[in-house]
Amino acid sequence: MKEFVEGSHAIAEIIKATSPGVISAYPITPQTHIVEDLAQMVANGEIKSQFVNVESEHSAASVVLGASATGVRVYTATSSQGLFYMQEVVFNIAGMRLPVVMTCANRAVSAPINIWNDQQDSISLRDAGWVQIYAENNQEAVDFHLIAYRLAEDKRVMLPVMVCMDGFILTHGMEMVDMPEQEKVNKFLPGYNPLYKLDTANPISMGLLADPDYYMETRFAIQETMKSSIDYLSEISVEFNSVFGRDYKDLLVEEYHTKDAEKVIVAMGSVCGTIKEVVDQQRAKGKKVGLLRLISYRPFPYARVYEALKDVPKVAVLDKAVSLGAYAPIAVELKAAFYGKKKGPKVISSFVAGLGGRDITLESIDEVFRRLTVKEVNSDFIDLKPELLKEEYGE
Amino acid sequence: MENSPLFRSGHTACAGCGQAIAARLVIEAAGANTIIANSTGCLEVFTTKYPETAWGVPWIHSLFENSSAVASGIEAALIYLGKKDSTNVIAQGGDGSTGDIGIQALSGMLERGHDILYVCYDNEAYMNTGVQRSGLTPFDTNTTTSPQGAQSTGNLRPKKPVPEICAAHGIPYVATASAGFAQDLTRKVKKAISIKGPKYIQIHVPCPLGWRYETNQMLSVAKLAVETGLYPLFEYEFGVLAGARQITPKPVEEYLKTQGRFKHLLNSPEEIKKVQAVADNNIKKYNLKAEV
Repeated sequence: MKEFVEGSHAIAEIIKATSPGVISAYPITPQTHIVEDLAQMVANGEIKSQFVNVESEHSAASVVLGASATGVRVYTATSSQGLFYMQEVVFNIAGMRLPVVMTCANRAVSAPINIWNDQQDSISLRDAGWVQIYAENNQEAVDFHLIAYRLAEDKRVMLPVMVCMDGFILTHGMEMVDMPEQEKVNKFLPGYNPLYKLDTANPISMGLLADPDYYMETRFAIQETMKSSIDYLSEISVEFNSVFGRDYKDLLVEEYHTKDAEKVIVAMGSVCGTIKEVVDQQRAKGKKVGLLRLISYRPFPYARVYEALKDVPKVAVLDKAVSLGAYAPIAVELKAAFYGKKKGPKVISSFVAGLGGRDITLESIDEVFRRLTVKEVNSDFIDLKPELLKEEYGE
Repeated sequence: MENSPLFRSGHTACAGCGQAIAARLVIEAAGANTIIANSTGCLEVFTTKYPETAWGVPWIHSLFENSSAVASGIEAALIYLGKKDSTNVIAQGGDGSTGDIGIQALSGMLERGHDILYVCYDNEAYMNTGVQRSGLTPFDTNTTTSPQGAQSTGNLRPKKPVPEICAAHGIPYVATASAGFAQDLTRKVKKAISIKGPKYIQIHVPCPLGWRYETNQMLSVAKLAVETGLYPLFEYEFGVLAGARQITPKPVEEYLKTQGRFKHLLNSPEEIKKVQAVADNNIKKYNLKAEV
């Protein structure tokens, strides 16, 4: 049923439909509306979940870890500093192969303190062993949570999944969303049936010390599962489309006018809506431009990216995060995807935009296409304010 | 002692370890219908080195400071599954994971009212990493990060009153116990398990490596801590002191001379006097002196 709803409310509604046994969260802007709505649903008796109001994000992640190990479906949501504060547990959850699902309401990180959107928070946790998928709009944000549980709880996977949605832009944005009906949700996502759990009828020990004789294979196993998850995401998208009547190709990338394109921007998340508009405008003027939208950042779909861009002469990677002192995070992956390959773009330029909520406008995207020339650039910042740079550094 | 199905032999604790004995007494008192969330530390390391485990109950280790929160999640899941009434949940860790790095998670667990017993095995320093000072290290103790030297008599701060901090939460039950008093310890664990809500028991567990005593002296060292008044055994109910084990106080020197960590105090009557003042204060505060 189509509803005009706030992103956060839509997420709360879809989490309610998945009937988690335990929800735990600690408030941080811009995640708050999601968990407030869930708390109200619990208070109203609309869901039977246990809602644990913790004293920190570290404990929120630890509570869902313990509950997941006890064999119930769990949910948490956070953002920015909250994600960083729970980072230790985030890695731990993946190592313990627990199918936790989390919403990251993407937000800039301190200092300076800034509550607005970029993607530095989740991107900084790329190596944690979580699948990370990025939504462009609230329809996707809703759908991706169902896909997240389905993938996480797949016995071939058993890894946590982070659904990343741009803070404020999506979490607080009002959009039309086709909310999945409960019976279809039940069909697509059966109840969680754990492989192992803490159960007095069958005592097991979890979280053991692995010395150098055993540790490395556990990391290898996650790496192999991540690689296989590329295929599972494609497989699950087919089933999702058939149940809900959507049109997701493979949940890895979306190709938008890339086939004959001479210039393509690679980006992730809600900014892709803006980029699509610019692509449409420039196509109308006869310019061969396109967008490759990354949906899955971990696992990174190298083969799909290669196939999509191997004949494109110039590629601009637009990162909403930086790796200070190095190439920007997505740019690094793109360069790696083509290194040593026969085909590929002659130019892969890297641009950084939208940090700390700086608007990425149609003009910003035009500027990226303009700066995408034969001369390759790296971590070229878009929309800097010259007058502020003068204040900072002098002439 | 016979082999226990809940805490099996073959673990790798040091000879003379008070924590191993206390942990066994705790789980035997709590029984098979118990799930344990264990912090990182000696107990975790010496009982669960892959591919072996000493535990005969469901047991989970996640991190150093989060066993209270992990246990909170386990309890919440059990409530959701309708299994809480038939299952005990214990969170446990050492003094560092409890009173230093984990005190926030512990306070949260107590404040939220979870039906969980928290057990702190207090060996009074970070033993698993090599005897570094914790907030629960006693006054004038020589540790690797509070060493005795020309300008220092060791740890210059008093022991952090974690049981009182827990009691201040107004929870139904707080107790201290000792590896040297097994029956008292068992009674307190059984009592705690019978009460619904958050409970905290802190057990004094001698460590031969960190305290430097002969391994066959564990019980007598533990007993002397109680008998001198340096480790009072008391109970709080709903934030109010409900009783303490009565002693005929022995001079603290008898306890100090049993351990290498206090060796530097033995030629200093002035320092011994300061430690005696700690015991005297406990004796007064908890009314420990047996009526004659």
